[in-house]
Amino acid sequence: MSQELLRLTGVSRQYGRGETAVSALAGIDLTIAAGEMVAVMGASGSGKSTLLTVAGGLTKPTSGEVVIDGQWISELSAKQLAVVRRRTLGFVFQDFNLIPALTALENVTLPLELDGWRARDSRRAGMDALASVELSDRAHRFPDDLSGGQQQRVAIARAVVGTRRLILADEPTGALDSQTGELVLRILRRRVDAGAGAGAVLVTHDARHAAWADRVVHLQDGRIVGQTSQGTAEEALLGADR
Amino acid sequence: MPGVYILDMYYSVEHCGVYVSVRQSILAILDQGSSYGYRLRAEFERRTGATWPLNVGQIYNTLDRLERDGLVVKGETDAEGHVFYSISASGHDEVASWLRSPVLRAETTRDELAIKLAIAVTLPGVDIDEIVRLQRMSTMSTLQDLTRAKNSGGDPGSTDELAWLLVVDSMIFQAEAEIRWLDHSRSRLTRARAEGLSATGIQPELPRRGRPARSEPTSTNESVAR
Ligand SMILES: Nc1ncnc2c1ncn2[C@@H]1O[C@H](COP(=O)(O)OP(=O)(O)OP(=O)(O)O)[C@@H](O)[C@H]1O
Ligand SMILES: [Mg+2]
Repeated sequence: MSQELLRLTGVSRQYGRGETAVSALAGIDLTIAAGEMVAVMGASGSGKSTLLTVAGGLTKPTSGEVVIDGQWISELSAKQLAVVRRRTLGFVFQDFNLIPALTALENVTLPLELDGWRARDSRRAGMDALASVELSDRAHRFPDDLSGGQQQRVAIARAVVGTRRLILADEPTGALDSQTGELVLRILRRRVDAGAGAGAVLVTHDARHAAWADRVVHLQDGRIVGQTSQGTAEEALLGADR
Repeated sequence: MPGVYILDMYYSVEHCGVYVSVRQSILAILDQGSSYGYRLRAEFERRTGATWPLNVGQIYNTLDRLERDGLVVKGETDAEGHVFYSISASGHDEVASWLRSPVLRAETTRDELAIKLAIAVTLPGVDIDEIVRLQRMSTMSTLQDLTRAKNSGGDPGSTDELAWLLVVDSMIFQAEAEIRWLDHSRSRLTRARAEGLSATGIQPELPRRGRPARSEPTSTNESVAR
């Protein structure tokens, strides 16, 4: 059995209370092993982003447990959780979330610097990450001076910089053309396949991109209605969580 | 060549459409110089990444028909007993016109899945959401297989490898299109159900009035009963 990077057990998440409550996630069981890339698909509003933020410890589940790299999130203080997020998690937000006052490079190296890396080391790691998304020549630009797709690539560089092992990416190819989208998938795939115990969860609407994953999880109304893996159509169907 | 079996599996249903291309492809290869059955088979497979394996009988059938249509000419038999065929002038023209014309999808594909869903949606007691869900997962799994096959191939350093990648990409995009169509169908079905539509079983015989016989060229705005 391979090492477990992320485990969600019976996770539900409601927004609001009473009559107007929205059940964004309802009883999610999901495990991500080291060396595994999992794609999450589902219609708009099916709970994909909520799933990702809960998995990344950014949103508390209403019920259920989240375990990131062996640590029970519910037992961590806010400060401890911030450290886990910084060291273990790389998060790509659906709307990029870059800091406008920082250059591309500074955005990318921020998590490393918060973590006490030496300036020279973080700079080198940051430039490597920007090179991997083919943005070396934009390192000193501010987000406002970058195109949407370029901002998205900076956000991806920020998520994979350094040695973070669990990459959670919400629509990381949404603003990219088909070739650049594949570049991003290749980066995620390489990180996961490198044998360094990394894993990734990728939310996408694009079936062609989801197909890069080892496993595709299908969400509907906050529930997992099926999972598929390569070459196992039949088994996946029989094992579908229904 | 990786992934060959996967590709077979995925394409087994489409052979009807593919035969046309086999004939044209053989002709196009002969346009490069005269050749014989086994050699033509090897050339076809090399050029398509062995995606659609042919048996030599299919090649000879094709050659017979091409000869009958005056597109190739049967020539010498060499010492090893290979019968050589060469292209005729009209064969050469046919190749040129094939390469120039777009492939008309509607004429070559008979979409079993579309037919299946169309029938299923009219049958009472059929869980069409479940059919769509299972089909989506099956196609997704195929798409994963194709993607894995593509990514495990080498760099397109040769035209053979490049040819194979083009074929795999084409299948990838077709599988993707099918998934998008399934998602679209699912929301269409959800909406239709919200509007109170339900399946009807066998429709009672409709009165003749207003229903033109099939071959009669009458009114054009006859709407289909739904
Ligand atoms: N902060 C919030 N407050 C209230 N409801 C919310 C909040 N965030 C999400 N929701 C609701 O939870 C459900 C799931 O939202 P979520 O953002 O997870 O969907 P999604 O699958 O990511 O959709 P999309 O593909 O559009 O990004 C939706 O019905 C949404 O309206
Ligand atoms: Mg979302």
